[in-house]
Amino acid sequence: MNTGANAAAPSSLRLILTLAIAGLISGIAIIGIYESTLPTITANKARELREAVFKVLPGVSQMQQFVWRGDQLIAAEDLQKDEEAVYGGYDENGEFVGYAIPGAGPGFQDTIGLLFGFTPEQQLVLGMEVLESRETPGLGDKIYKDADFVGSFSKLSIDPEIVAVKKGTTSQPNEIDAITGATISSKAVVRIINKTHSDWIQRLPPPGSEPPLRQDAGDGS
Amino acid sequence: MKKSDSYEEFIKGIWRDNPVFVQVLGMCPMLAVTNSAINAVAMGMATFFVLVGSSFLVSSFRNWIPKQVRISCFIIIIATFVTVADYTLLALVPKVHKELGAFIPLIVANCMILGRQEAFSSRYPVRLAVMDAIGMAGGFLLALFSLGAIREILGDGALFGIKLFGENFEPWVIMILPPGGFLTLGVILLFFNWFKFKKDEFLAEVAEAERGGG
Repeated sequence: MNTGANAAAPSSLRLILTLAIAGLISGIAIIGIYESTLPTITANKARELREAVFKVLPGVSQMQQFVWRGDQLIAAEDLQKDEEAVYGGYDENGEFVGYAIPGAGPGFQDTIGLLFGFTPEQQLVLGMEVLESRETPGLGDKIYKDADFVGSFSKLSIDPEIVAVKKGTTSQPNEIDAITGATISSKAVVRIINKTHSDWIQRLPPPGSEPPLRQDAGDGS
Repeated sequence: MKKSDSYEEFIKGIWRDNPVFVQVLGMCPMLAVTNSAINAVAMGMATFFVLVGSSFLVSSFRNWIPKQVRISCFIIIIATFVTVADYTLLALVPKVHKELGAFIPLIVANCMILGRQEAFSSRYPVRLAVMDAIGMAGGFLLALFSLGAIREILGDGALFGIKLFGENFEPWVIMILPPGGFLTLGVILLFFNWFKFKKDEFLAEVAEAERGGG
């Protein structure tokens, strides 16, 4: 800051040039860091998704993405904007196990995004994994930290739809215990699964006629 | 003499002019992300990187930046460092990045950082500016960590995710909720002010005794 009060004011051109150069250098730096971290970030996201799919579909070791495109479900690696996808899970012999279906909806504080495993043949939810949530620490975050709650989504009947009931009062195969102190978050999870399920059930092919695993699909990596 | 100068610039940020406990700056990330020690440390490190980097650049270019556009230039420099920190955290520690969420981009708006550029880096040579930035950012990191650690220990019975107490510990959940941030910060500020008060009192006593003795 050598330009003191008695020094002549710099010309407008100099001001413009200073900001332009600063902006240019900053832009180059940002593009540089974006380009250099993008492969890692994409790989991280793909790995997280793959791990979540394998977690909600026990026994699955290969996956294939299916996209709802032009009113039909097709196997595709790419996902356009505004398109929805489910992930087919296959065991090591390439036998179809179930779908991992992502869903999202309002929770107690913000959107809860989750993934659940579903087998159309028996109409069972096989597992549930919360992918994103900003639920209250210590209370609402039990929807993914409470092993009992997460575990209750294993082999849970979804026909008729899942109902969250007060802890210790489950009597039907489609009922689960709501978390004490986090009833709203628990019910939000159940509502998201029910809604996503009813949205997708019409689109999925009838049980037994699931598309086979494409040979080139591999383990989704 | 020179050495003690830079030491002085360093230590003032850590303790005497601590950006959080004394200047009460940067309260937004201070209260928002200190619900666990690891989040607090990640936030502190990101801020550290941004502040030290920006101070170095601002001080290096202080003779080239016309003062009419200095604030815009500072913001461009700070925003660039923040973007770099944002992508680096996203690539290296996606879990922590997810927890910190919107607060990483908001480092741009941390008044402590712009304040240091305007008040210090743009006026002093690079060495002093960097020492000042390290001190201030270190003080900020320390403050975030102490708040995060206290809140996690009381609110979750753990530190860095390691459980400290047995099964019977009932977590004081409110400590990791927003009110806990205000409570903890309030108590720490109380301590700092009490300490300062006591120190002034002590110095006054010493001065009194010296006058009496002389």
